[in-house]
Amino acid sequence: MSHPPATTELAPRLPLFRLRSGELGSVPVVVGLVVIWIVFEILNPAFLSAGNLVNLALQCASVGTISIGIVLVALVGQIDLSVGSTSGLAAAIVGIGMTSGGWPLPLAILGALVAGALVGLLYGFLFTRFGVPSFVITLAGLLAISGLQREVLGPDGTVNLPYDSFIVQFAQVWFLPTPIAYGLAVAAAVVIALTGWLSMRKRVAAGLSAPSPLSVIVRPLALLVVLLVVVWYLGTDRGIGASFLFFLALVVAMNYVLTRTRWGRSVYAVGGSVEAARRAGIRVGRVYVGIFVLCSVFAALGGLLAAGRLTSAGLSSGGGDTNLNAIAAAVIGGTSLFGGRGSAFSALLGIVVIQSISSGLTLLSLDSSVRSIITGAVLVLAVVLDALSRRSRAAHGRG
Amino acid sequence: MTLVTEVSGDRHQSARPVLTMRGINKSFGAVRALTDVDLDIHAGEVVALVGDNGAGKSTLVKILAGVHAQDSGEITFDEKRVSIPSPAASRELGIATVFQELSLCDNLDVVSNLFLGREIGAAALDEVEMEKRSWELLRQLSAKIPSVRVPVASLSGGQRQTVAIARSLIGEPTVVILDEPTAALGIAQTAEVLNLVERLRERGLGVVLISHNLADVQAVADRVVVLRLGRNNGVFTVPDVSYEEIIAAITGATDTAITARDSRRGEESR
Repeated sequence: MSHPPATTELAPRLPLFRLRSGELGSVPVVVGLVVIWIVFEILNPAFLSAGNLVNLALQCASVGTISIGIVLVALVGQIDLSVGSTSGLAAAIVGIGMTSGGWPLPLAILGALVAGALVGLLYGFLFTRFGVPSFVITLAGLLAISGLQREVLGPDGTVNLPYDSFIVQFAQVWFLPTPIAYGLAVAAAVVIALTGWLSMRKRVAAGLSAPSPLSVIVRPLALLVVLLVVVWYLGTDRGIGASFLFFLALVVAMNYVLTRTRWGRSVYAVGGSVEAARRAGIRVGRVYVGIFVLCSVFAALGGLLAAGRLTSAGLSSGGGDTNLNAIAAAVIGGTSLFGGRGSAFSALLGIVVIQSISSGLTLLSLDSSVRSIITGAVLVLAVVLDALSRRSRAAHGRG
Repeated sequence: MTLVTEVSGDRHQSARPVLTMRGINKSFGAVRALTDVDLDIHAGEVVALVGDNGAGKSTLVKILAGVHAQDSGEITFDEKRVSIPSPAASRELGIATVFQELSLCDNLDVVSNLFLGREIGAAALDEVEMEKRSWELLRQLSAKIPSVRVPVASLSGGQRQTVAIARSLIGEPTVVILDEPTAALGIAQTAEVLNLVERLRERGLGVVLISHNLADVQAVADRVVVLRLGRNNGVFTVPDVSYEEIIAAITGATDTAITARDSRRGEESR
């Protein structure tokens, strides 16, 4: 056998060891989420009703999509503070394009996404060419893009989207028929079980340490049970919204790209050590530009979902707490702002936490001022946890 | 000047050098970093490059690594004249450089670091194949790494250096340049890395070892090339050279503070 006994290999994988040495992963988020749900359910029994959870899922889609972009820039140790404005600009382009512009919807959507890509391209250029810190570039971008958004919207300031348009229907009317939802849940579990099984077979054939057949079966089974319960419970109300499913698909796709492709590996490498990545032959500049472009495109996409959900695009699109929520979601979900650590799934976990807090506080009819304060406090908590786990990793020699 | 061009009695060494540098000059503005420097590297040989700070060791190595281009002078590789305009060109020739630091990504595991920039797999990464080859490579080097799936941040300094050196072998180079591989390592870890250097020689690679530690140099090197103030200041065969001779060549005088100290201590002990 080409590897040492399993005992030496297992030690660092023990959950407790990982927890203590700062490899927190998603454990604290899930625990936090359960606590939040229990507290709000006690305070207001409507919180965990199927109807509220269906709404919660719909609310997650737009900012969650923006947050995927934040995860990407955070992975390379950068930040984009202008995602809110970019999403607002995209909403404005679609709104104006569809109504007074008279563009066909696909063209309007394409225009909005291209605008997002151009913003990201400009950021990437400024960052790689002149080495200006990304928070300064994007802070300037925040101002400039919201100005552009006002310019696009013109004097009226707000356009209402036609209710029967695809974008509105997609974001708030369409729900997955329950049988199809069950089918998707089963298909997801089967795919995970199959890939797990094949990978195990391949590892055994290669003479590497392999997970036990039991664990290969247990994981997808557990996932299947969770998914079936979710589908069933949400199905007692309207079910799973098309926009939420779209967001989920984006998260899964991005997770695949980040963990299974060469490009994804280079993203983590740049986030870990720029110089090491460069010496390994990775074109660091291209990685940065690609990341900024993707981030802005995700922001534009999130803006479109938000516009669809609100049936309008206006000056307030992408304003308010959109920026902060998107960044907070990524951090709360476990992506480090210091670069090199995190996963696409932190966008999903983080946004569910944030929208749960927001929804719970709304149900308690608390003022939006209180909501802002609490969301801000949660963000600080998440960043403190991030910094602490980083320090703990350093103390345990785990970088 | 003691120039030894042909070394006798060496086990694996080929007759013709795999890499030669002749009359290398390099200036940075008004500063002459290298003047007419020659260097030969044979397959299956460890050449130690020594010299005081500012002697031009790093500059010479950076020319080989493709970081700087020489102003004048000739580099031949496999008896063909070559130019090394970029790090990529250096790698393509078959020269692997392991720099003192900043060569690993702490957040990635051993496998990812070994194959960084050279991943196996077309669309999706072939993790199983990479892990298998990682174990094979590390085993060939008799490297003691507990797991290839832990972030390299959790490894000791010696293990990290091992990973960095092992990584340079992924591209199947003919010449490996090690820049201060034992700096900042403990005694046991240093021994581990020196064993590794010997294993590179056994694989028939030409190894250039830059080191400040003359004990290390005398332990593993076949030849010692001394640079002083950007010029060649002697080439020695290791079993035939004493510590004092190397020191004298590095500092440029036999009567230095160091040799004076050594002789004084010798007299006192008598």
